[in-house]
Amino acid sequence: MKKIIALSLGAMLMGSAASAANLVYCSEGSPEGFDPALYTSGTTFDASARNVMNGLVEFTHGETTVEPGLAESWEVSDDGLEYTFKLRKGVKFHTTDFFTPTRDFNADDVIFTFERQGKTDSPYHQMTPGASYEYYNSMSLPDLIKSIEKVDDYTVKFVLNRPDAPMIANLAMAFASIGSKEYADKLIEAGTPELFNQQPIGTGPFKFVGYQKDAVIRYVRNDDYWQEPAAIENLIFAITPDASVRFQKLKAGECQVMAYPNPADLEAMKSDPNINVMTKEGLNVGYLAYNTKQPPFDKPEVRKALNQAIDKQAIVDGIFQGAGAVAKNPIPPTMWSYNDAIVDDVYDPEAAKAALEAAGVKDLSMKIWAMPVQRPYNPNARRMAEMMQADLAKVGVKAEIVSYEWGEYLERSKAEDRDGAVLLGWTGDNGDPDNFLAVLLGCDGVGDANRAQWCNEEFDGIIKQAKEISDQDERAKLYEQAQVIFKEQAPWNTIAHSVVNEPISSKVQGYKIDPFGGHVFYGVSLAE
Amino acid sequence: MLSFLTRRLLTFVPTFIGVTLIAFAFIRLLPGDPILLMAGERGVSAERYEQLRAQFGFDKPMWQQYLDYVWGIFHGDLGTSFVTKKPVLTEFMSLFPATVELGLCAIILATIIGIPAGVIAAVNRGKFFDQALMSTALVGYSMPIFWWALLLIIVFSGWLGWTPVSGRMGLMYFINGPTGFMLIDSLLSGQSGAFRSAVTHLILPTIALATIPLAVIARQTRSAMLEVLGDDYVRTARAKGLSPARVNGVHALRNALIPVVTVIGLSVGTLLAGAILTETIFSWPGIGKWMVDSIFRRDYQVVQGGLLLIALVVMVVNLIVDLLYGLINPKIRKG
Repeated sequence: MKKIIALSLGAMLMGSAASAANLVYCSEGSPEGFDPALYTSGTTFDASARNVMNGLVEFTHGETTVEPGLAESWEVSDDGLEYTFKLRKGVKFHTTDFFTPTRDFNADDVIFTFERQGKTDSPYHQMTPGASYEYYNSMSLPDLIKSIEKVDDYTVKFVLNRPDAPMIANLAMAFASIGSKEYADKLIEAGTPELFNQQPIGTGPFKFVGYQKDAVIRYVRNDDYWQEPAAIENLIFAITPDASVRFQKLKAGECQVMAYPNPADLEAMKSDPNINVMTKEGLNVGYLAYNTKQPPFDKPEVRKALNQAIDKQAIVDGIFQGAGAVAKNPIPPTMWSYNDAIVDDVYDPEAAKAALEAAGVKDLSMKIWAMPVQRPYNPNARRMAEMMQADLAKVGVKAEIVSYEWGEYLERSKAEDRDGAVLLGWTGDNGDPDNFLAVLLGCDGVGDANRAQWCNEEFDGIIKQAKEISDQDERAKLYEQAQVIFKEQAPWNTIAHSVVNEPISSKVQGYKIDPFGGHVFYGVSLAE
Repeated sequence: MLSFLTRRLLTFVPTFIGVTLIAFAFIRLLPGDPILLMAGERGVSAERYEQLRAQFGFDKPMWQQYLDYVWGIFHGDLGTSFVTKKPVLTEFMSLFPATVELGLCAIILATIIGIPAGVIAAVNRGKFFDQALMSTALVGYSMPIFWWALLLIIVFSGWLGWTPVSGRMGLMYFINGPTGFMLIDSLLSGQSGAFRSAVTHLILPTIALATIPLAVIARQTRSAMLEVLGDDYVRTARAKGLSPARVNGVHALRNALIPVVTVIGLSVGTLLAGAILTETIFSWPGIGKWMVDSIFRRDYQVVQGGLLLIALVVMVVNLIVDLLYGLINPKIRKG
């Protein structure tokens, strides 16, 4: 049977030549749809934006830095309020069974892409009934963007209400992928606007061919791509929800790349000569946020002492099984401006005990909130809380573990008068340090995403300043400084960054782990 | 017969109303707000939250949401998934054939092995074959399906390489419709090897899914047969000098079949409601996994629409089973 599969894979698909390079990716689930502006999940972005579309700017393959995409270049005005993009000429949208473009990509497509998300009265806003544009909203673009103007067919100007350096990184995100206005018009005219979310058209390296729900998604190479066409001719997503089964499929040669392995399978994968396990730190952080408004946790020395009492290495070894690394900073090491000079609080129960006594804290009892769900930055919060409980008992602190249903957990943990420290985490959206430091630790986030309820004027001043400067080196210096203040003040115990493991067939070449958790197949080839 | 059918169809009405109420209430009684779950760590502002509630219609009073739901049903509209933005009925119809195909194959396998096995065990009561069979059935019944399914994959796909690991069809075949049943569509497509591929993909999930019903059917057949074999008319048939095969196969089995058909009918109902574990492990695009995913996302429309459709399927299957009783035993028709 194996032989039959191998043979037929070679000769397969739509009459392509026998030497065609076909890559099968065992994905973890079904995309919610194919319009990346409507969703926030990586599974959906893999199936749409990351392989089928381009943005004005794009993340460098495998990095968090931004490079030109459909915009060849851009200029920022001195006051930081105007971003002018020069668009690439001669870029073609996909020609498929269901759409044939009559014109090249131009400024109208850019305006269409953003107006349909931002303007509720745009005729394209509700092409998909019930559409809501979560990322556009959660990245605050409705408040930020004052207007988007077409200067000429190949020049577009974004005018902002306030300077915002992460703006460029935001535009590299999946939700900002450029769609075809001509395609949208055609669908509306045909009375089938909902197909915009079912049959994507983009300018990217692969063209969408078909989707069978919960089973398979097919793509074919875009030979008219504006860069070097992809090496892979047929790209297939075989949707395989069970991680152990994905591993079996990889072993049997039924796929060449698989998503999210079981940590328990990693040893077997590493010892298999036909499988390479690629590894990279994920763009996330898992933390324990104290409520810095609640005594005695309002004292930095108490928080520091508790940090010293918890054996993070043991937690990471025990819970992550090789899929995690101890965190010392609130931003992950793959992010620019990561301050590697920072020294972490050392695990030392004796010192912790002494520090608590010195701070006048006796017979402390506290609550630890444990999330009810698995996350890459925390695969087992309950177990983590129990390990912390045991560590804290050794320094005479009594900890009680509480939990709620996930939606409620997220809501309740925001409260400023919350009782106890919360286990939670964050996965980066745009690769910008502001997306961690301002969202999670800025004064504006108190009572919201700032679960430590921590408002430090010095820290807040620095990150606000950094947001208004567009020079990345200057910004990096400020963020490095902010991380020093963070460590001194210890509003969190930074626990772990996940380590992403991606098993691929040893025949696959040029594959890079995407720090945003995506799966990108441009630039990948298969050895014979 | 006709009045029987009419009476049975009339009982559908209260059941149907009950199901709409339960489906509607069940998903709303679960803690968890769909908008908060969708937003995750990122969260939504209070203002945006209200906006979304209004957009999805969650801000309306409960009774009005229920009436909207029932009103929709009468107009053939089961609502739209708030995740995929597709009509619930469309999604159901695209996934249901996969569930039916696998479920029917499993029940056929379970029946053609389970009934003879049960008969043979009963006839050889207490002997080695009986004991071996019944202990195997017990093992089959109590085995965790996810473990059993994975074991099948590791042995037959991994070590032996006889069957593909998962999926419904080899990726080299591009088959989409017209019936949604791969066994039929692959034949209709005329692509050489497609039918063979569909069959090989079906083998392991069929075995995994058939295991529990097979054990139940075998045990039920055995005990029903034992009961009947002690009856007077069987003794009479034997005394008349009929061959053992005829006594066991015709006189005894026919009467023993009633409880067995009940068990089979119940199993079919369960299998057509979607086999969550088997579908997940074998990447089988059926309705079981679809329902579970939707419950986790609190996708109200899909859950209440999907449950209703599944209930309808189960009711129809039960009706067919009742009609079958009449065929097997005419006494029930009159009663």
